[in-house]
Amino acid sequence: MADYLIHKFQYKDRYFLLDAESGAVHLVEPIVYDMLDGFIGGAKEDTINALSDKYDLETLELAWEELSTVQENGLFLQEYVPFNFEYNPDNIIKAMCLHVAHDCNLRCTYCFASQGDFQGTRCLMELDTGKKALEFLAKNSGNRYNLEVDFFGGEPMMNWDVVKELVAYGRELETIYNKNFRFTITTNGLLLNEDNIAFINEHMSNVVLSLDGRREVNDRMRSTVSGKGSYDLIVPKFQMLVGLRGDKDYYIRGTFTSNNLDFSEDVKLYKELGFNKTSMEPVVTDPREPYALHPHHMDEIMRQYDKLTDMMEEELKNKSGFLFFHFMLDLNQGPCVVKRSVGCGAGSEYIAVTPEGDIYPCHQFVGEEEYKLGNLDSGIANNMIRDKFKEANIMTKSSCSSCWAKYYCSGGCHANAYYNNGNILIPYEPGCEMEKKRLECSIYLSSIEKE
Amino acid sequence: MKLIRTLTGKSLKETAAKGGCGECQTACKTSTVGNQKCENEEQ
Repeated sequence: MADYLIHKFQYKDRYFLLDAESGAVHLVEPIVYDMLDGFIGGAKEDTINALSDKYDLETLELAWEELSTVQENGLFLQEYVPFNFEYNPDNIIKAMCLHVAHDCNLRCTYCFASQGDFQGTRCLMELDTGKKALEFLAKNSGNRYNLEVDFFGGEPMMNWDVVKELVAYGRELETIYNKNFRFTITTNGLLLNEDNIAFINEHMSNVVLSLDGRREVNDRMRSTVSGKGSYDLIVPKFQMLVGLRGDKDYYIRGTFTSNNLDFSEDVKLYKELGFNKTSMEPVVTDPREPYALHPHHMDEIMRQYDKLTDMMEEELKNKSGFLFFHFMLDLNQGPCVVKRSVGCGAGSEYIAVTPEGDIYPCHQFVGEEEYKLGNLDSGIANNMIRDKFKEANIMTKSSCSSCWAKYYCSGGCHANAYYNNGNILIPYEPGCEMEKKRLECSIYLSSIEKE
Repeated sequence: MKLIRTLTGKSLKETAAKGGCGECQTACKTSTVGNQKCENEEQ
């Protein structure tokens, strides 16, 4: 069996060749695209003869020569060479999802956090617990300089005073430990006002603002405790926050379900509302739920990504600065191969801390007792679970090792794998399918952008 | 006439030597690493 891994695809009038093991992506002329199979598996003379009805001999010779050159340069048919590295041997922790509230003022139908309480008692994090969490992060961060803390819930703004005090405490710890805390917050926006928007825009390096798109789409899934829609309450607040935010990062982030398979319309609405940094994610839920995504929805989802590609192509031509998170791809200088191999770092470099101070691999495992890693007092006590996550990567996930997209998705989300297949090593297949489609769209858009 | 245009920068192998510094960021909370930025100035 060949140890190289290539993927060739056509998108609109462009032809692409991706060499997985080198990471190279090539934009090729149709003559090269047509020659690939012969170049890989056949003799030069036979291949050129077979194509001579369609192309002239001189250009066929040139195509063969260019393919030979990129192969000699290690950017085509590069063979898999296992590279040995020990991932996070010192068990450094650099990122924390801080659950300052296990309570919420919305009752979103699809919420993986059981409408905010994570299947437990509704509660808020005490300030002392939060301080202990930041100290735990600083003390366990080894030589890492950049540390990340995402204020999460539930709805983190239901515990706003604690959030503010923790930011101030983090700044104190920066001096003591020589660290840089990057604070971020994920909010539904209901409690935003001029004062807390000013604080967020000053102190949060990124803000994730939850909105599903069109009013009827959003309000069907994201209602208040009294059952009313949230769209009219939150959109003006998000517009105020974004209007005052300047160049700092934010994302308007939605979830699409089988109720809005035309989700490209929701992304268009983001733009109409003045939001330029956008993300729209497929719902991942129990397949028995009426809004769940199923295999028969895939064709329409793929069409929607094509529509979004058309939209983004226009935005690129107009240099509007509009961004769709899943189409952002830095082909010049993406992450290193280590990062691409291990993924998000959940359960190892990245942890979630509950209001009670319990530690889980990430926010999506909170409440799953068998996945509890420990708590802030005892530290990480469940080494078996930590090691399980440390060892989950594209080399150990068998379906990933032969996939051309492995260095882009990095094995996918462990939680999606666990909740769908009962095993963090078996990726969530519909997620893989969507990821591969988005990658093809992204590569096409990158080729447009480079012109 | 150039029939193949390479769109990528460094090969993955070239990023291995100084890779894994861990300084880069860990939008969505549910669904990829490929669209992250490298923050290692030595890369």
